[in-house]
Amino acid sequence: MNCIAVAEERSGEIRKSSLETVRAARRTADALGGTCTALVAGHGVAKAAAVLGRYGASRVLVVDDSRLERRPNIALAKIIAEVVRREGGELVFMAASQAGKDIAPRVAVALEAGLAADCVALRTEGGDIIATRPVFAGKALLDVRVTTPVKVFTLRPNVFEATAEEAAAGMETVAVTLADEDLVTTVEETKVASGRPDVTEADIIVSGGRGMKGPEHFALIEALADALGAGVGASRAVVDAGWRPHDEQVGQTGKTVSPTLYIACGISGAVQHLAGMSSSRYIVAINKDKDAPIFQVADYGIAGDVFEVLPALTAALGKRGK
Amino acid sequence: MNIAVCVNHVPDTETKIRVATDGLTIDRTGVNFMMSPYDEIAVEEALRIRDKFTGSVTVISLGSDAHRETLRKAMAMGADRAVLLRDDAPRDSFAVAAGLAAELRALAPEVILFGKQSIDYDDAQVGTLVAAILGLPSVAVVVKLTIADGRAVCEREIEGGHETVHTKLPAVFLAQKGLNDPRYPSLKGIMAAKSKPIEEKPAALAAPRVAAVALRKPPAKNPGRLLGTDASAVPELVRLLHEEAKVI
Repeated sequence: MNCIAVAEERSGEIRKSSLETVRAARRTADALGGTCTALVAGHGVAKAAAVLGRYGASRVLVVDDSRLERRPNIALAKIIAEVVRREGGELVFMAASQAGKDIAPRVAVALEAGLAADCVALRTEGGDIIATRPVFAGKALLDVRVTTPVKVFTLRPNVFEATAEEAAAGMETVAVTLADEDLVTTVEETKVASGRPDVTEADIIVSGGRGMKGPEHFALIEALADALGAGVGASRAVVDAGWRPHDEQVGQTGKTVSPTLYIACGISGAVQHLAGMSSSRYIVAINKDKDAPIFQVADYGIAGDVFEVLPALTAALGKRGK
Repeated sequence: MNIAVCVNHVPDTETKIRVATDGLTIDRTGVNFMMSPYDEIAVEEALRIRDKFTGSVTVISLGSDAHRETLRKAMAMGADRAVLLRDDAPRDSFAVAAGLAAELRALAPEVILFGKQSIDYDDAQVGTLVAAILGLPSVAVVVKLTIADGRAVCEREIEGGHETVHTKLPAVFLAQKGLNDPRYPSLKGIMAAKSKPIEEKPAALAAPRVAAVALRKPPAKNPGRLLGTDASAVPELVRLLHEEAKVI
């Protein structure tokens, strides 16, 4: 089974979710008997691509083209599909990052392949792959099989482990043909919101709800987040009230997150919020109301006042020296 | 300007999910259905574009007769035309996309809008699959959309920030929360929608490419521990996070 793992480069580095994807592809190739090849396409990506061998790729293919500077999604999909065809790729893996989710369906159509999107688990069964994806906002899990000869999978970030085990692999440059119409959609500008990790990729998230009683009190959330190097999340109520930006919203109409630790402060735990964070590895809840539904999913809870508990927690963590 | 929006009819966000006896789908007994929330945002955007440029909004849904309710809601919001592509059988994102693409190819709108994902299966594929099938550009997770002179300038959400993306029409856009606040249908709109016709045709599906093997509930979590009722519980919390959970 030839496995191709597509990696993304940003700011001179391969993204963590891509490293996770390469390792998952390698594990799959080992389980089914096959090869694992990584592919990076972009402009000025060759140097960053060198790391991919350590994460399980036995070959690293690099497409480096100035026309890819503005990350045209049609061109990127076309390149990926062409390389997969040339390599005789059968299983294609990408991270279910924003870019991956955008490009993977195009790759799938080009390869006449089915796409299992946002997978949280992969297992092999009698030479076949069964992928598990959360559905209904994570209230259920759906095991699926891709029925086409070529199969595409996008993997949810922060779920699969990225382990650097091997030495570097050989790098090969690949040339591709692009037409003008492949370049019609371009990224003209990128704005970074804050220095903190995005909630979809953060290992730790500190999240606030209406119990914070006002936008100014989110300084307590931010202080704890910074003490932990965490991302900041928010419930729908505080986003709708304009206290926090939408990209922090966790929940059914916000982001679905899978951090190792989720600290919910002043959040009651509405069904729609739980849908976004219940697959967190560990959940801590701080809420004055001991009957709040959030305590039913929390591993550890403090039924106390956030204005007392948060500063104490931040101070205690500061003392530990994270 | 010819604008199309594709909408899905899905279990509402309060639904407690139970697995049906077939082990592959949900038990629909007592489940309330609604227009998928991101699709509402897409419908609203379509209406705003129409009102800015003059034109027509066609709303399309692929599914069973029950989808008429969601089409009526879109018409009550102000959509001009509604099409139900009828199919009652299980299907995957690709099959649905193929059916929608067939209808959209004939309609040839300048702007096609979808919600970024349907909140039942959370695949986030159909809009982009349709664009790929039709050979059109697409921009996903759009929080701002400005159309002028046959081109679109979009703002889309990415990890930790936003991208400004340019493309040309005709194109497909997948709406994200924040793009707009969908209007509530007016009473007048609701009454008018009751008498607007919904065109029904059989869906021209393609063969699905992803098959369900099993639908199951996530493993139950062990009950958690309430450590205290004030800041005096903090040292214990820190200890547990370090020693037991090993996350700090």
